[in-house]
Amino acid sequence: MARKLPPVDVVMVGFGWTAAMLGQELTDAGLKVLALERGTWRDTSTDFAVTFAQDELRYYYRKALFQEPAQETLTFRNSANETALPMRELGSFLPANGVGGAGIHWNGQYWRFLPSDFMARSHNIERYGAGAIPDSMTVQDWGVTYDELEPYYDKFERLCGISGKAGNIKGSIQNGGNPFEGARSRDYPNPPMQMTYGPTLFAEAARQIGHKPFACASANMSQPYTNPLGVTLGQCSYCGFCEKYGCGNYSKASPQTTILPVLMRKPNFELRTGSEVIRINHDKNSKRATSVTYVTEQGEEFEQPAEIVVMSAFILHNAHLLLTSGIGTPYDPQTGQGVIGKNYAYQIVSSVDVFFDDKIINPFIGAGALGMAIDEFNGDNFDHTGLGFIGGGYIALWNTNGRPIETHPVPEGTPKWGGKFKKAVAENYLKSATIATHGSVMSHRGNHLDLDPTYRDIHGRPLMRMTFDYTDNEHKMSDYLTDRATEIAKAMKPREFHAKKREGHYSIVPYQTTHNTGGAIMGSDPKSSALNRYLQSWDLHNLFVLGASAFPQNPGYNPTGTIGALTYWAADAIKNQYLKNPGPLVQA
Amino acid sequence: MATFDVNRRKLLSAGVALGSVAVSASTTTQARSIAGAVPWEPDQAAAPPAALAGTSPPASFFTASERAFIDAAVSRLIPQDELGGGAKEAGVTVFLDRQLTGSYGKARTWYMQGPWSEGTPSQGNQSRLTPAQTYRAAIKAIDSYCQKTFSNKTFAQLAESQQDEVLTHLEKDEIELEGVKAKSFFEALLQNTLEGFLSDPIYGGNRDMVGWKLIGFPGTRYDYRDFVSKHGEKLALTPVGLKINPQD
Repeated sequence: MARKLPPVDVVMVGFGWTAAMLGQELTDAGLKVLALERGTWRDTSTDFAVTFAQDELRYYYRKALFQEPAQETLTFRNSANETALPMRELGSFLPANGVGGAGIHWNGQYWRFLPSDFMARSHNIERYGAGAIPDSMTVQDWGVTYDELEPYYDKFERLCGISGKAGNIKGSIQNGGNPFEGARSRDYPNPPMQMTYGPTLFAEAARQIGHKPFACASANMSQPYTNPLGVTLGQCSYCGFCEKYGCGNYSKASPQTTILPVLMRKPNFELRTGSEVIRINHDKNSKRATSVTYVTEQGEEFEQPAEIVVMSAFILHNAHLLLTSGIGTPYDPQTGQGVIGKNYAYQIVSSVDVFFDDKIINPFIGAGALGMAIDEFNGDNFDHTGLGFIGGGYIALWNTNGRPIETHPVPEGTPKWGGKFKKAVAENYLKSATIATHGSVMSHRGNHLDLDPTYRDIHGRPLMRMTFDYTDNEHKMSDYLTDRATEIAKAMKPREFHAKKREGHYSIVPYQTTHNTGGAIMGSDPKSSALNRYLQSWDLHNLFVLGASAFPQNPGYNPTGTIGALTYWAADAIKNQYLKNPGPLVQA
Repeated sequence: MATFDVNRRKLLSAGVALGSVAVSASTTTQARSIAGAVPWEPDQAAAPPAALAGTSPPASFFTASERAFIDAAVSRLIPQDELGGGAKEAGVTVFLDRQLTGSYGKARTWYMQGPWSEGTPSQGNQSRLTPAQTYRAAIKAIDSYCQKTFSNKTFAQLAESQQDEVLTHLEKDEIELEGVKAKSFFEALLQNTLEGFLSDPIYGGNRDMVGWKLIGFPGTRYDYRDFVSKHGEKLALTPVGLKINPQD
């Protein structure tokens, strides 16, 4: 039997980026806030200190910072015709475990979404006609606009100390920035990072063929920075160990380096680690979540009542917990009815490797968000008439790393082993670079999350089942991006290049990106969305669901900037509207 | 019904003492309450394992014949040649031995619940064997195949060209092995060999940083700020490791 604990004002499930941000805001408002985290406490000096952070085997290949499938996983299939099977080891994406969540092991690539991204359905229909979005594509508007989120993007950029160059300040296009971005109120808090050789060559080539390259915005610090909470980050040392690693140098924005030194000291905040929430208890009559049930590592079960329940875990856990707790109506791809598990989406990525004879790139001088990009082919920045797809993505040359197990490109046709392979690796390691495309994934009727009928987790709950594949829209879009990337590759005048299109079915095996989205989407109608525009559950008014699970489809940018903006947007709504008058913030 | 009366609420109402550092770690488990401070305790850094010393640590996983197989196989995957030492010279056999003895070999973090079924390539590894079990079963089955095919010789006893032939058959999944998929084993062996050749020397491979020197990776240096602006320059930095001193 679960032991019932004294109530708190707010309980948060999972303690990564969104929980740290909301915890800071709601403790400021005087509430007693409790965070429950299934993993352990983690901090720079103890878990990824600079004396041992740069360990490729330990952190990536043996996956020291990630969720262990033995503890929680999901089943996967490409389509409803197949039997889903468990993801037995991690591959395509890397959900986190422990305090700080994926905020510890992200690259720090920071983007805002385009104004038109938030109106993906209405904008595309307005520009291209009703046929632009076939019935099979369940693309929706977000219910919130870019202009509404702008102050919250700005606030998150200040928290993180984003290094970059504005492209559009209050409608005025700025040289050197991304001219396609939505209007921002002011520039980034830090200048762009110093550029290495590879991205510099990319930018020169892109400019030559008429594009407008810019330095990517980065959560790796271009200079020392003290954020509005008084927490100081150090200058990035370009060590090339960001994504999949913790930063040993206090140079990458994460909960640990921006919020926790302040939040953890607050008397009205408590964190319980080793505490996994297995159920959200709720009362349908009062339309409220009443408590959460959690299990500690030693198997003790507790019930924690709270006035407000916040789901702040990774999107896959948010969706799973909603499904297993029986909150909201599960989505049915046959009828299109129901909302929980609807519109699961991802990212579609491809690349072009370039190999030089005469240019030494030194790929190991890198940082997770160090790069130059073009945005001509993202979202609706270009005319899609006659192309047969909607959406897009950016094209960038990121100089993230030269970690040798992961990064040793070889020319097309090189054997995978033996003397020729060894020679090709030795000859090309210092003289190659990779152009990446980073494409949107629109929502489709068949792509969804539900509960698996066969496989169970360690608590006896059904595993979540993911049904997902790329469709024609995504393949056409990604091929188009890869062709544009190839044009830039040619303009770089390499000895040779190797374009790697994303072909065939989505596979859960090779690492692609941890940009999973959807499953508990936001919108303006409870029939088609799980959350209202403030990330408040339509079904239980004191339940808020943070994170990329709210994205109705996935634009062609990295998600963290928008996750941050939405979290501050929701925090404002809770502080300034909900606390004064607890109840639905939007009338259905 | 909940009401929020923030102005009158006492912040310190729920058992958190003002001014005290209330980090109450349970003594036996990881479940703990942390409040009032950023927790920090001495000697808690999760440092990597001690570096392997010497050139021949005791075998703990492979039998003598398995060791001969691995030595021979990794020598073909990354051979010793005019560019320098190969995987065997780099200590990849030692690396593999340690990895298969440890949590990787036991698949400690993998989801290993049934039912079992092969699935599609998109669905990934569905073997019920751990990496340690896979290596053991595959080496036995490959040696048995070699003995049948090459007049009673094991893989290690074959000529290099014959070894390459067998490895190519494995890579292309052209040999039926008892209890294990040839291609899956080959892919694991190749990946683990690259790991052993290019990971930090503390894990037993990449001896004398032979893999890093081959390609020009300077190792675990953490500060390249002085070199960012040196576009196109060959830096020739001596590699450094986590626990092992730089060597030329």
